[in-house]
Amino acid sequence: MSQDIYVVIEHLRGQVADISYTMLAAARELSRATSGKVIAVLLGHNAKNLARDFAADQVLYLDHASLAEFTSDAYQKALAELISKDQPRAVLFGNTSIGADVASVLSMRLGLPLVNSCRSFTSEAKFISQICGGKIMAEGELPSPTALVTMVPGGYQPDQGKSVESPPVTESAVPALEALRVTLSKYIEPESADVDISKEPLLIAVGRGIQNKDNIELADALAQAIGGVVCASRPVIDQGWLPTSRLVGKSGKHVKPKIYFAMGISGAPEHVEAITQSDTIIAVNTDPRAPIFNVAKYGVEMDIFELVETLTETVKQAK
Amino acid sequence: MMNIVVLAKLVPDLVEELTIDASGAALDLTFARWIINELFDDHAIEQGILLKERSGGTVTVIAPDLEGADDVLFTAAAKGADRLIKVRSDFSAANNHAVARAFSAIIKGFQPDLILTGVQAHNDLDGSAGPLLAESLGLPYVGYVSGVALADGKFMVKKEYPGGLIAEMEVTLPAVFGIQAAEQPPRYVAVSKVRQAMKTSSIEEMDASDLDLSGAPEIERMFQPEAAAHAEMLEGTPEEVSAKLVALFKELGVL
Ligand SMILES: Cc1cc2nc3c(=O)[nH]c(=O)nc-3n(C[C@H](O)[C@H](O)[C@H](O)COP(=O)(O)OP(=O)(O)OC[C@H]3O[C@@H](n4cnc5c(N)ncnc54)[C@H](O)[C@@H]3O)c2cc1C
Ligand SMILES: Nc1ncnc2c1ncn2[C@@H]1O[C@H](COP(=O)(O)O)[C@@H](O)[C@H]1O
Repeated sequence: MSQDIYVVIEHLRGQVADISYTMLAAARELSRATSGKVIAVLLGHNAKNLARDFAADQVLYLDHASLAEFTSDAYQKALAELISKDQPRAVLFGNTSIGADVASVLSMRLGLPLVNSCRSFTSEAKFISQICGGKIMAEGELPSPTALVTMVPGGYQPDQGKSVESPPVTESAVPALEALRVTLSKYIEPESADVDISKEPLLIAVGRGIQNKDNIELADALAQAIGGVVCASRPVIDQGWLPTSRLVGKSGKHVKPKIYFAMGISGAPEHVEAITQSDTIIAVNTDPRAPIFNVAKYGVEMDIFELVETLTETVKQAK
Repeated sequence: MMNIVVLAKLVPDLVEELTIDASGAALDLTFARWIINELFDDHAIEQGILLKERSGGTVTVIAPDLEGADDVLFTAAAKGADRLIKVRSDFSAANNHAVARAFSAIIKGFQPDLILTGVQAHNDLDGSAGPLLAESLGLPYVGYVSGVALADGKFMVKKEYPGGLIAEMEVTLPAVFGIQAAEQPPRYVAVSKVRQAMKTSSIEEMDASDLDLSGAPEIERMFQPEAAAHAEMLEGTPEEVSAKLVALFKELGVL
């Protein structure tokens, strides 16, 4: 048993993910409350140098050919062994494509409690989780003995988890990683796109409020009039109404336009995390309580279909 | 012949106002509207049916016995699901650890080759049912999946990473996958077809074992986040609002 806070570092193809630094920052806050150390846990192969800017008291490095890139089975095995041996106070994972494949499984395998979607910790070591699309927060005592936690972004800045001084790195034993049931066969690059929305200065974004494929034309017309590009939330993309290259959010692109004009988007955390770098967010939504109004600078409580054509005309006349 | 099982979850509709109950530590679900975890479970059902159409097999859809479950199950039948199961238990008090243990006891009996769940739901506080279920059954799990194929006795799945990057993973059978999106958008079924399914198919009811709630954190309080800021609202008729927006666009230098 220790009071240390372990952070499972996420990286893909040699790139450390931002959430890793966010978690190191969260761990620092939590470690103050528990009086433990912040320990970064890095799984990889010939990847020791990834640890150089971690704001951690120590890095535990697990090197194995089967850990070169993330796969669920290998990560679960390596971490199960480490956690049962060290019994830290908490282990932080990203609520991401990597962490979500591991944390729940380890909770069941090791019989340890799991806190999901944690956004921040209080100075009394309580967790605050974000649920229901960002509409509800839930708070509670960090469960014992070892709390497994998945973290969402937003509570801490990644920069707070970086350090100019490299932390000490200790190699840690890796159990036999045999008979793995999940293996990586290859990566498939994103389809090349006509536009890169992460570089566009003016984005007209549509969400489920746009209702159907034909209505995308209304957004197109506005975008054309004003000289912007249309992008969308996940439900719109998953319906096949726009290509994947136009997806804004956790699983799509992060954007930073001058204006992000959001129509019929509720503002779920998975969407919002990718638009906060925008200069000005303007939102149109019929629901005055939609979370998007909490990140937008300007809001319009109105039906898209009552507004958009008039707006397009007004823009045309103003040119 | 693949034996495919799909789990359908019912969640409170977020469009309705959410209220916190008298305890201050849970949602008041008395008046909640229960809908399918639609962004993901519709996709899990679609992926199951696509696989069956391509590789042969049966699709069993399982849902908890909450209001709205019949609708979800008959809609799945209209799309091509073969077997419909409703699980009885006190799900209002359940957490995902409990759900996973209870469902794994039932699903074990089906000897599935493949179990599909939605990737996650908006009301999870103790992890996702998919990986919890996989571990209860001793099966491998991959989540954030947007495509499943069967090749040479193995699954090839597409796993999503941010920015559109996909990892192709090879997975042994049987396995559990958390579906983020089906290979194609969920098919639409007309209400008349759902009504027909109500007449031609039937729902089997099964009892879950006692719920074992361990593994979840205790919630002391719930609250609605206080927004750090709120948008300045532009009021008026569509014409007036349009004029205000155009003035804003000019001010911000994009017009
Ligand atoms: C692992 C994971 C990854 C995800 N990644 C992403 C991602 O990359 N990007 C993303 O966007 N989402 C992502 N999501 C999904 C995310 O959780 C939300 O479900 C999604 O962002 C909701 O999209 P939406 O706002 O368009 O739809 P909804 O939440 O359904 O909101 C629609 C909004 O439109 C409003 N509306 C309806 N009709 C009208 C009208 N006529 N006029 C004006 N307003 C109207 C409604 O009031 C509502 O606020 C992810 C989820 C998970 C679990
Ligand atoms: N009570 C439940 N009944 C049926 N399926 C469930 C239940 N809870 C979770 N699931 C499945 O697990 C997926 C992810 O939900 P969750 O685990 O709550 O994030 C859902 O989309 C369902 O496929």
